[in-house]
Amino acid sequence: MRAIGGGELRAQGIALMGVLERNSYLVKRYGWWELAFFVWTVANTLTIVFIAKGVEATGGTLDVERQTASLLIGAVIWSYLGIVFEVLTETVAWERWEGTIEYTFMAPLARSVHLGGMGAFGVLYGLLRTSALFGVVALFFGLRFPDADFGAALVVLAVASVSFIGVGIVTAILPLVSPEKGAQLGFIAQGMLLVVSGVYYPVEVMPGWMQAIATISPATYALHGIRATVLDGASLGAVWGDLWPLLLMGAIAIPAGLAVFRVGEAYAKRHGKLSRSG
Amino acid sequence: MPAVEVTELSKQFVRRQGRRRMRVTALEGVSFEVARGECVAVLGQNGSGKSTLVRVLSTLLLHDGGRARVFGHDVASDPRAVRRVVNRVSVEASFFKRMSATENLSYAARFYGLAPAHTRRRIPEILGSVGFPPARAKAPMEDLSRGMQQKVALARALLTSPTLLLLDEPTTGLDPRSKREVQDFVRTVRATHDTTTLLCTHDMAEAEALADRVGILDRGRLLALDSAAAVRRRYDAPTLEDAFLAATGRPLGEDEEQEAA
Repeated sequence: MRAIGGGELRAQGIALMGVLERNSYLVKRYGWWELAFFVWTVANTLTIVFIAKGVEATGGTLDVERQTASLLIGAVIWSYLGIVFEVLTETVAWERWEGTIEYTFMAPLARSVHLGGMGAFGVLYGLLRTSALFGVVALFFGLRFPDADFGAALVVLAVASVSFIGVGIVTAILPLVSPEKGAQLGFIAQGMLLVVSGVYYPVEVMPGWMQAIATISPATYALHGIRATVLDGASLGAVWGDLWPLLLMGAIAIPAGLAVFRVGEAYAKRHGKLSRSG
Repeated sequence: MPAVEVTELSKQFVRRQGRRRMRVTALEGVSFEVARGECVAVLGQNGSGKSTLVRVLSTLLLHDGGRARVFGHDVASDPRAVRRVVNRVSVEASFFKRMSATENLSYAARFYGLAPAHTRRRIPEILGSVGFPPARAKAPMEDLSRGMQQKVALARALLTSPTLLLLDEPTTGLDPRSKREVQDFVRTVRATHDTTTLLCTHDMAEAEALADRVGILDRGRLLALDSAAAVRRRYDAPTLEDAFLAATGRPLGEDEEQEAA
């Protein structure tokens, strides 16, 4: 492994800030798009969260408030994961579309810094967007969370985010290897991750083989841990059973994601795919 | 130590035609050196291998055979060291189009480790030096003319003080005035900075006006590399265009099959 001097470390720190700076410019410049997507996400979340009231109205028996809150948490995590994955997939897809990909990939910023910066932006931006989404929809339904430990929920989300970034880094390589379909494959990966993780239903209702996959999905533990902290006020100690798998997956996911990305980048450089035209 | 040292460089691409896969040669046994501070122009048709050569030297493409070094650093095994000293201006300006010139330059400079305190002062200076109007510095790039965008591309490259500047058809598609301004700026950079320049172009006049030596690249092979006068003498041609025709058998305007990358 190459030793990193103070100057190089400082340069990479500045480069990391550059990734965050660029993405904040893009959010600012596409402000109306951001607003439109937010309104769409609120509408989409409402259609899901209304299901609890719909079940009651059609004769079903359930704790409507708890089920509404549970669905809201699922929808918010879906939205959060969507933002993190989208930002990371855009590492390649958007840059190819704008034509800047060659300039970014020939700059001396380390790929780990580049992708780490995109992931960090995705997490920060995702937190802002989904906090607003949670607030708006909770207000709409008049939901109250008297027992919630939001601090613990944030810790669970933060730990889960490390794994999400690792998986997102793997999906980021897809548009590089397959310029035509790569971005869509990223959305498929996001959907697959959530469908096996009990996003709107308990994991136990799925077939056995899906439950087996759920055990290796970080979203399973994130959803379970966040629901426990927000709905039941569980402390960090009480959700340790969700935290340790997330810590373990996070420790594996980022190095594994970077390794996969490096292999994909080398493939793209060998086959001339690291270009604006693909 | 030469600024650029290319030895027997070769690159092929696999292209699909229906079910068949065929190999297309982009570079074949290319060898040359560029001395520090020198400006070398490589002339070639579209598809001759010019862009492939630039992309190998920019660390964006891995070659199949041979070797390429930039200031002693191997482009394949030590790409980060190469990236620190190289920048590039290509035929397409390539920016985030909704972002302004200042925003595009600012984040790009960070990628090279340049601190905000430095770039806040340097960006207006460098934009001024390429003749970019200060009043347009905060306008989205998509609202700027092609000539203005290319000036910002030059500013982006020079902001990082590259010791090797790769110019890949930087004036193609520009109006005569913008073309002259870009060429004047390249001359100024050569006169005032410790910059080595590799210019890939199919503009004979531009090559002759800017370069110390001129190379002819045809179907991936470097047929000649010498001063413009020596190239003319070698092919007993009155103009560089005639020399190109004599060397390749085709006029420069005639495109080869499009480069695979």
